[in-house]
Amino acid sequence: MSTAFAILFYAATVILIVGLAAKITQFARTPAPLKIPTTPAPLTKQGAALRVAREVALFESLFKANKWLWISAVLFHLGLLLVVVRHLRYFMNPVWLPVELVQPFALYVGLMMVGGLLLLAVRRAFVERIAYITGPSDWLMLLLLIGIGSTGLVMNLWARTNIIGVKAYFLGLMQFQIRHLPSDPLLAVHLGLVVTLMIVFPFSKLLHVPGVFFSPTRNQADDPREHRHLSAWAAKLEAGRD
Amino acid sequence: MAAKYDVPEMYDPAERPIPALKLGAMADSKPYMASPVHQEKLGFPKELPDDWKDRAIKRMGELLTKYRSLRVYMDACVKCGACTDKCHYFLGSGDPKNMPVARQDLFRSVYRRYFTVTGKLFPKLVGAKDFTKELLDDWFNYFHECSQCRRCSVFCPYGIDTAEISMAARDVMDYVGYGQKYCNEIIGKVHEIGNNLGLPEAALANTLEGLEEDVLDDTGVAVKFPMDVEGAEVLLIPPSADFFAEPHVLGLMGYAKVFHAAGVSWTVSSYASEAANFGVFIGNYEQMRKLALRIREAALRLRVKRIIFGECGHAWRVAYSFLNTLAGPWDFLDQRYPIPQHILEFTYDLIKRKGITLDKSGNEGKVLTFHDSCNVARASRMGDFPGGQFVIPREVIKASVPTFVEMHRDTTCEKTFCCGGGGGLLTDELMDIRIKGARPRMEALKDVADNGGVTHMAAICAICKTQFTKVMPYYGFDREAVVSVHQLVSNAIILGNNK
Ligand code: HEM
Ligand code: SF4
Ligand code: SF4
Repeated sequence: MSTAFAILFYAATVILIVGLAAKITQFARTPAPLKIPTTPAPLTKQGAALRVAREVALFESLFKANKWLWISAVLFHLGLLLVVVRHLRYFMNPVWLPVELVQPFALYVGLMMVGGLLLLAVRRAFVERIAYITGPSDWLMLLLLIGIGSTGLVMNLWARTNIIGVKAYFLGLMQFQIRHLPSDPLLAVHLGLVVTLMIVFPFSKLLHVPGVFFSPTRNQADDPREHRHLSAWAAKLEAGRD
Repeated sequence: MAAKYDVPEMYDPAERPIPALKLGAMADSKPYMASPVHQEKLGFPKELPDDWKDRAIKRMGELLTKYRSLRVYMDACVKCGACTDKCHYFLGSGDPKNMPVARQDLFRSVYRRYFTVTGKLFPKLVGAKDFTKELLDDWFNYFHECSQCRRCSVFCPYGIDTAEISMAARDVMDYVGYGQKYCNEIIGKVHEIGNNLGLPEAALANTLEGLEEDVLDDTGVAVKFPMDVEGAEVLLIPPSADFFAEPHVLGLMGYAKVFHAAGVSWTVSSYASEAANFGVFIGNYEQMRKLALRIREAALRLRVKRIIFGECGHAWRVAYSFLNTLAGPWDFLDQRYPIPQHILEFTYDLIKRKGITLDKSGNEGKVLTFHDSCNVARASRMGDFPGGQFVIPREVIKASVPTFVEMHRDTTCEKTFCCGGGGGLLTDELMDIRIKGARPRMEALKDVADNGGVTHMAAICAICKTQFTKVMPYYGFDREAVVSVHQLVSNAIILGNNK
């Protein structure tokens, strides 16, 4: 059991990192031949970077689009972020202060995440338009995350697992030692789902995470009259003709 | 008159009415297919070859390596649905395939099938689909029910721009001989004759002469409409509709009067007599570039110092955002002025400097509102600050008319609704979707007409103006209620007492 999970975690980590790196490289290497920021847009590169930062931190465009969706999305993502930060303590010794500070809020951040996900699920199921655009993979992704969140919450609230043992196991993995993983079916399900999430990440819609940084309508500055923008392939075309 | 089409009901824009889904409501709407002659002129295959599928997938692969937008947008969508109620064609028709994300999915399903591991292994799970003839036909119909207005991209958390995907899809279709007649025929005409309408040099000269007479009769002032004048200061590039159709031509008279009053020499070119660039609609960089290069050549030949564009939406997008890329560098022009410049930037600057005088009584009795054209609002700028494209036209209108009223704020500025006829849809066989797509704008207009006494709506785009004159009667408005901004300037400007 301990060994099986160790192998899974190593494999999943490699897939996650290599897969994401490959995607990011692909996004970065693909040229944007034309200036297409959605205007009004910032006039400078710094301004455009700030615009992307606002999309990432505040979901600015989503806020314009739909307040309920925005609230659900923020609940889920902020919850997720805090949950992830809380989990960092399994991978460090001593534990950083910020990570320490969120420890007491396990229940709230967990509920935030799962609550947000449930709201999103309700929207997906009951709003006719959203149901129409939803495919099986969209449901699986929501279920996967709800699964992770709810098993985590249950362990936190009622079926407390041997946290010290879990921490020892992960600190071991980080030094390439396989220690004993406390045997607890709920923990096994929780970790199994996390491994699944890591593996599907680079092949799924979770690519919105790198995607948001590479979107030309958001990350380009509005300066086409001031600076000539020419991609490599367009320059070649030009050289061939004139 | 309205008998032939099912005109949607109008509601209060503040309620943001969203229709219930009507599956397949617009499934039969499609434009005419380009004929072999039109296809051939642009170097595209004449008709669908047997191996079209392989060719289409090959072309998709090329575009995916050439356009980051396409690449990222294929992968990034989370199906959150924020865009689903933002498209005027969906709001007007209720056809779910007109929801931006569903439109993208027509392309994305093929992308997933042939370009992603998950789509190859588990097509059902991730919505990947074989590229069948039926799907290609769906592409043809629904990618010609997108006016590439970018409204969806304003609201998408990743800025996914369905216009980029429509353009890519149309490009792929052109590459397999499945082009659209309206766009491709017109592009061919510009290559051959120099403008969308196919007006040859002699006809243009005639028209301009007629306009000189008209203005002289009207005002007693000899305002010139020069063509092919070497050494003029300004090369004016109007959309060719400005040469003959109303209310466009009234706008052209306005430009001429502004130049006259300001004492700036100008000319149009018979070689580049078209601001429109339908290359953008079919998503083809080379076609777009070829069209843009005509302007460069005309500017060089006529040895002008400045280039100014007339009132046209997508044309201003191509001019403002792409012209430097496509046909630059413009080092031979006077660098003290924006290159290119919009006629409204020019007029606004004169108003501010008191270089021209406007008398609002020239538009006595009119209550104006303003329709932001999608391509100007969301794909370009005017002036030197973000949002200048909203401020400048309004300031020019306000300086020309006694009363100005805004439409509902969900329908103006960056949230403006397309007129319903943009993106290569301004053709009669698409009248049904054009009427339906106009619904959100008509709703907002009715609101200010009923509650604000608005009598006229000004627009700064040849497509908007044509679309509105055609479509407004179906909604119970007068076709002459749509006006050019420079038509208002034309009515208000004081001629005569200039240097
Ligand atoms: C840069 C960081 C991220 C940003 C800016 C971001 C942004 C967004 C936004 C704006 C949405 C649309 C609203 C919604 O449906 O919730 C969304 C959806 C989603 N995000 Fe993220 N996200 C980020 C990271 C993540 C991560 C790390 C995960 C999971 C591991 C994730 C999972 C999801 C899922 C599953 C959805 C779809 C929810 C649904 O089905 O409705 N996101 N994201
Ligand atoms: S708003 Fe963007 S991410 Fe959401 S469904 Fe539409 S295209 Fe996809
Ligand atoms: S670009 Fe405009 S027409 Fe096309 S899908 Fe988006 S909102 Fe609709």
